Amino acid sequence: MKKEKNKNGEARLMKGNEALAEAAIRADIDAYFGYPITPQSEILEYLEREIPKRHGMVIQAESEIASINMIYGAAGAGARVMTSSSSPGISLMQEGLSYIASAQLPCLVVNVVRGGPGLGTIQPSQGDYFQATKGGGHGDYHLIVLAPASVQEMADFVFDGFRLAEKYRNPAMILTDGALGQMMEKVILPEEGSLEKVKKPWATTGKSATRDRNIITSLFIQPEKMEEVNHELQAKYKKIQDEVRFEEIQIKDAEIILVAFGLSSRICQKTVDLAREKGLRVGLLRPITLYPFPYQRLKELAGQVDFMMSVEMNAGQMVQDVKLAVEGKVPVYFKGRMGGMIPTPEDVLQEIESVFNKENVLQD
Amino acid sequence: MSIERPSSHDFPPEAEGMDLVYCRPETLTDLPFHYCPGCAHSVVHRVLMEVVDEMNIQDKTVGVAPVGCSVFAYNYMNVDMQEAAHGRATAVATGIKRVLPDRYVFTYQGDGDLAAIGTAETIHTVNRGENILMVFINNGIYGMTGGQMAPTSLLGQVTTTSPYGRQVEFAGHPIKIADLLIQLPGAYYVTRQAVHNPNAVRKLKKALTKSFQYQKEGRGTCFVEVVSNCPSGWKMTPVETIKYLEEQMFPLYPLGDLKKPEN
Repeated sequence: MKKEKNKNGEARLMKGNEALAEAAIRADIDAYFGYPITPQSEILEYLEREIPKRHGMVIQAESEIASINMIYGAAGAGARVMTSSSSPGISLMQEGLSYIASAQLPCLVVNVVRGGPGLGTIQPSQGDYFQATKGGGHGDYHLIVLAPASVQEMADFVFDGFRLAEKYRNPAMILTDGALGQMMEKVILPEEGSLEKVKKPWATTGKSATRDRNIITSLFIQPEKMEEVNHELQAKYKKIQDEVRFEEIQIKDAEIILVAFGLSSRICQKTVDLAREKGLRVGLLRPITLYPFPYQRLKELAGQVDFMMSVEMNAGQMVQDVKLAVEGKVPVYFKGRMGGMIPTPEDVLQEIESVFNKENVLQD
Repeated sequence: MSIERPSSHDFPPEAEGMDLVYCRPETLTDLPFHYCPGCAHSVVHRVLMEVVDEMNIQDKTVGVAPVGCSVFAYNYMNVDMQEAAHGRATAVATGIKRVLPDRYVFTYQGDGDLAAIGTAETIHTVNRGENILMVFINNGIYGMTGGQMAPTSLLGQVTTTSPYGRQVEFAGHPIKIADLLIQLPGAYYVTRQAVHNPNAVRKLKKALTKSFQYQKEGRGTCFVEVVSNCPSGWKMTPVETIKYLEEQMFPLYPLGDLKKPEN
C-alpha cells in the first residue's frame, strides 16, 4: 500500500541505480538491452523484475556488443530504448555508438563509471570523461552527455536524456559513477507517462505503399556524400551547444572557481563552505551537460577570478576543456584522485590553499 | 502460366498481346547489381524478394544487411532495411523484432560476418529462439576485402591470406555453423541450400517461404544457409565455380534440411 502511494510526486529513499531504472519505466521505454557489470547491475536487475509486471521489453544480452547493436536495431525501428553498463562494458559499445551517431538514432546509454584503465576496480571514478565527451569511438561525432550529481538527477536525467536524444536524433549518455549508482538518497520520481512520444517517420517499421523504403545506415561510400553527412552532423552539434546546462554555487563574488561535475561537485560544495569559513572566496561551477560544455560561461568568469581549479576523479581530463575555455586568461589548476579513490573536501581545500599561497608569492 | 503485367515495368510495344511470364519482382529495385558476373548474391536477392512479393509482406518486412559483399543489399531490396556493423546483424534484428514483433525480420549475412566475427551473436540469437530468418551465404571466402580466408574456407584452399592453402595448424578446420546451431532448441528450421542450378533455386525458394511462414507462426529461428560461389575470389569462371561447388564444397557442406519441424 505504502509503495503504491509513492507512485507520483512523493519522496522515496532509493539507490541511484534503482531510481534511474524506475525513471526509465516511467519514461515509457519500449525496450532495454543490457549485460551485468558492477557497479550498475541493479539497473538490469530492477528492469528484469519490474518490466514484465508493467510495460516494455527487457533482454539480457550475451555481451555489451550485442546490447548496443540491439539498441541500434530497436532505435532504428522507432522504439525508445536504453542500455547501461560500466566502463569496460562501455568500451565494448564504442563501435556501436559510432554507428548509432552516424545513423542518427536516438537512444540513451548510461555509464556508471568505475576505476580503470583495464578491468580496473569497481570503485567510482570519472576516468571516462574523454571517452564520453570527445566521441569515444571512431570518426567525428559526439554524444550528448549529462552528468548527475544526486540520486534525484539520476532519475531526472533519464527524461532529459531522452528528450535531447529524440529532439536531435542523437545518442545521449548519462555519465555517472559507482558512488552515485550505489548510494541512497531522497528522490521524487518523475511522473509516469509524462514524457511525450515524438514521431519517427524515418524508422524501419515496414515500407507502406505510400512512402519510399526507410534505410538506417552509417555507410556512405562516396566521399562527397560522406563529407556531406559529416557537415550535417557538425551542424547538428553546433545547434546542440544551445542545450548547455550548468549550476553555479557562490560564484558572484568568487575569486577562485572550482570546476567539478558529478560526485566531485558534491565534494567541492563542502570545500566551498570550508574555504569561506577561512575567508577564501571560493565558488563552484558544476557543468551539468559535459557535452555541450560550458566554454562560454567559463570564459566570462575568467575575467573575475585569480585562478580556477578543476577537481576530478581521474588524472585530469575536464581540466583540458577548462583551459580551452579560459584561453589562457587565468591559471587553471587540477586536483584529482585516480583509480577509484575519492578526494575529500579537505584535500581540495589544501590544494586551493597551496595554490593560493604560491599565486600570491608570484604576484608579490 | 501468365503473370499480371506490373505497372512499373517497361513493356515494349512489340510485346503487346503476349503474356508476361517472367519479370523482376516488384520488391526488387530497378537497379543493376554491383555483384561480380556469375556471383550468386543476385540470384539469392531475387529469390528472397520473390518470396516477399508472393507472400505479400513487403509492408511488414524489415531486413538487416551485413558487412561484406552484400553490404548494399538495401539498394536492391525494396523493403525497410538497416545496415548492421560487421557481425552484429542478428543483434540488430533482435532489437527490431523485439519492438516490432508482428513484422517479418530477416538478416542476410556472409560467412565472415556470421561465422567469424559474429559467432557469439549468431549462437545467442538462435539460442534465444529469436523469431527471425537468418540467410547465410557461405562461399568460403571474404569477397569484399579481396579474397581472404574465411572461417568456412576449405582445407588447403588458397586465398590471399592462406597463400599455401588453409592449414589446420594455423587456421583450424572449416566451421560448419549450421551443424552447431541444430544443437540449440531455439533453432526451429535449419537447412542448407544452393543456387547452382534451377532446381536448387526452386528448393531455396521453398525454404525461404517456409521460414517466413514459421516466423508468422512464431516458431523460433529459421536458418537458411546457401552454399554459394565467388568467381573473383576463387579466381575461376562462373562455370568453373559450379564444378568446384559440386566437387569440393557440397561434400563438406551437404545440401538438405539439417533440422526441420517434427510432424
